[in-house]
Amino acid sequence: MVALALLLGACGDDSRNQFTSDRGRQAPPVELIFTQDGRPDPSVLAPDQVLHRDNGEEPQTLDPHRAEGLPSEHILRDLFEGLTAESPEGRIIPGAAIRWNISRDGKTYTFYLRRDALWSNGDPVTAEDFVYGLRRSADPATASNYAKVLLPIENAAEVLSGNLPPDELGVIALEEFTLQISMRDPTPYFLALLNHPVTFPVHRSSVLEHGPTFSRPGNLVSNGAFVLEDWVIRSRIELVKNENYWDAENTILDKVYYYPFEDQSHALKQFRAGELHWTSSVPNNQFKWLQKHYPDELVISPWLGSYYFGFNLQREPFIENPQLRLALALALDRDLLTEKVTQFGELPSYNLVPPGIRDYVSPLPEWAEWSQDERNAEALRLYTEAGYSEDNPLRFEIRYDSGQNNKKMALAASSLWKQVLGVQATLVNEELKVFLQNREQKVLTQVFRAGWISDYADAYSFLNLFRTDHGRNDYGYSNALYDSLLDEIAAERIPSRRRRLMFEAERMLLAEIPFVPVYTYVTKRMVNPRLKGWESNVMDHHYSKNMFFLKAASSESSAVVVEEPEAIEPGSPVTGENVATDVPVDEQEAVITEADDGAMPGGPDK
Amino acid sequence: MARHSLRRLLGLIPTLFMLITVAFFLMRVAPGGPFDSEKVLPPEIQANLEARYHLDEPLLTQYFRYLGQVATLDFGPSFQYKDWTVNELIAQGMPVSLTVGLAAMVLAFVLGTLIGIAAALKQNTATDYSLMGLAMLGISTPNFVIAPILILLLAVYAGWLPVGGWDWSIASMVLPVITLALPVTAYIARLTRGSMIEVLHSNFIRTARAKGLPESVVIRRHALRPALLPVISYLGPAIAGMISGSVVIERIFSIPGLGSYFVQGALNRDYTLVMGIVVFYGSLIIVLNFLVDLIYAWLNPKIRYDENR
Repeated sequence: MVALALLLGACGDDSRNQFTSDRGRQAPPVELIFTQDGRPDPSVLAPDQVLHRDNGEEPQTLDPHRAEGLPSEHILRDLFEGLTAESPEGRIIPGAAIRWNISRDGKTYTFYLRRDALWSNGDPVTAEDFVYGLRRSADPATASNYAKVLLPIENAAEVLSGNLPPDELGVIALEEFTLQISMRDPTPYFLALLNHPVTFPVHRSSVLEHGPTFSRPGNLVSNGAFVLEDWVIRSRIELVKNENYWDAENTILDKVYYYPFEDQSHALKQFRAGELHWTSSVPNNQFKWLQKHYPDELVISPWLGSYYFGFNLQREPFIENPQLRLALALALDRDLLTEKVTQFGELPSYNLVPPGIRDYVSPLPEWAEWSQDERNAEALRLYTEAGYSEDNPLRFEIRYDSGQNNKKMALAASSLWKQVLGVQATLVNEELKVFLQNREQKVLTQVFRAGWISDYADAYSFLNLFRTDHGRNDYGYSNALYDSLLDEIAAERIPSRRRRLMFEAERMLLAEIPFVPVYTYVTKRMVNPRLKGWESNVMDHHYSKNMFFLKAASSESSAVVVEEPEAIEPGSPVTGENVATDVPVDEQEAVITEADDGAMPGGPDK
Repeated sequence: MARHSLRRLLGLIPTLFMLITVAFFLMRVAPGGPFDSEKVLPPEIQANLEARYHLDEPLLTQYFRYLGQVATLDFGPSFQYKDWTVNELIAQGMPVSLTVGLAAMVLAFVLGTLIGIAAALKQNTATDYSLMGLAMLGISTPNFVIAPILILLLAVYAGWLPVGGWDWSIASMVLPVITLALPVTAYIARLTRGSMIEVLHSNFIRTARAKGLPESVVIRRHALRPALLPVISYLGPAIAGMISGSVVIERIFSIPGLGSYFVQGALNRDYTLVMGIVVFYGSLIIVLNFLVDLIYAWLNPKIRYDENR
């Protein structure tokens, strides 16, 4: 068995390399030229505009209102168009609404829809379609998993809990192409929520006609840049260009195929064979190899998510013991962990809210500026002060679920704690659902794997996790002062004051240290260099309608393999403008509400 | 015979009923529910989801509701693949799984009996020992070990076959079928050898030889049928093994069959999907065992069922 493992290990990647074709790499693209109106010049476009995209897993559904999970959302953003959309860099731009007004108190949004927008069957897209869609989404009978996105809307909570009928939802069609949404609370990031599938319109008569099968090929009528052509479950989903889409003229791809690849090494192989242009991720532990052989294809970029360890503050030894918790936080060498364990340029993290949020910069604890030696010395001092020593070591369990890197991370953390402080930590691995239940019950856990990937770029989504009654507050953290600060943030309407309050809240959290920050997630994927029209962004949303293929450079040069190992800078492609809006927004005032937040579907253990 | 078959068929119902009952409650005992995830649902949304799938009813009500559904062969909607019913998912995955399973079964049966006969005829020679040694190795090596080795040799180094995936091409079937068939082939080979040797020493074979029949006729006409009896009775459990074994194989080779639904369904607490597959596999295995019994009776005159009893 050992010999076998060695054999398998030894023949890992380099051997595979010799025997597989590398069509995914050859043929560098021609240079990109734009015409005057900012479109790619037709002369540089490849004749064949068909995108093969790895989508990670099989989507749970193509009913936008029942969608949860990235695989569904990616496809639904291609099929449908919400009131707002996103530019390739992740800025909020007009979608089905061409402009909007926000009232002075931030509680009334008026959207003016495009008059030239059509459903894929030729029907016009009207305000009624949005009203119908939002009501359906909030209707308890729909049982939408992600309806919490709607909660800032007036009466949404009452409709969802069945206390009011769906037509009481604060959404009305003022005119054929004018939609008004009344808010329970002003919500500064509401425009960003409007490109979540849960807020998308659906084509009423086809939903009524086909019932539960309205999302099947042949039945699905959509208003986005693409229409559903075929769906072979767990094999492929085929989209073709929607000729009725208002911007069809600028949609260059003719077809998009989405494939579920649960095994990333399989996806990588397909990519290398030239059969995939875009992967959802890359296999762990292959960073060096990929960086060396595919410097132009490997794309790594920060994601809006944090990975950390949580403390159960309701169990010994961590009750009322912030100094001990700080000692553990200090003793983790994050540079080492990101370099050796996660390996893909994850950013070492010393606070809760990841970078990349416009208008917000997280506080850093003082010790973030220290060298690791200084941190270790201080950690040891605090550890000794807390009454632990070599003869009387601190003992606890680190609990984690069977995600990709979780075991390695727990192992590395426990050995660093042992090395620096002499802590005796034992590892406990659990299946995800068992793990989550144990976390929630707060009876067995001591230190546990935790993380959060936000659905919208706002710090509140992260800070709210530590509210006393938040459903995912598995730390048992309860601080009345912190809770009232969160309430203040939710009620605050002036951006600068809101920002200060959030900064204050995060600083309070970092002082009380109910968690050990470890790193900021990155997205990592292989992309064919001929595919353009997309940018890395912290939300990791990539609309196919913006993408296009360049021609390969002349056939002679295509034989030349580009070998320019290029350092991948993890920090470089961040855009911090996810909630920005470039369009004229009358009377816009940044105002806040308390809305629920959410981790990226699929869980941060991805 | 017909009455016996009918009685056996009716006997399937209580077996299935037991299976459903045990599986239903075991599934519910597992910690966590289908809607648990790192992002917790607000209580009203959780309630809506539970109401939609009737999970808000008392467990016994749910159980009887499920029994009623199964009686009408409706396995309900999947929790995980929301746009599809479990019936549709099974209909999609079944051809794939059955193709792999049956191809492996046929391969194992043909190859296994041939090897077994060869070894029996060359009893206690080098051929016998090496064949049986290989068979022992085949039985004792689990297929999650065989699979990576085969992938490495035939797909990675030689590049003859795809590493994984499924497109209904012969090439994509070769590795999974071989992997699945190997341990069963080995077992059948040993079974055949053992019973063949026993049969070859029995009186009626001695008689046949004494009559001056050529050895090939003795083997084919007289020895083979009784020698295959233990193999036939092993086929039922073997097919069951193939199916449960294919769960692992499907994961390794990324085959979109029922096995991967089963694993994924269990991890997601997709109650309806897991139950549907359990009921489907359960019925399949019961029916296959029944067929094996019929074949057995046909092959072995000693086990004719008494019509008058």
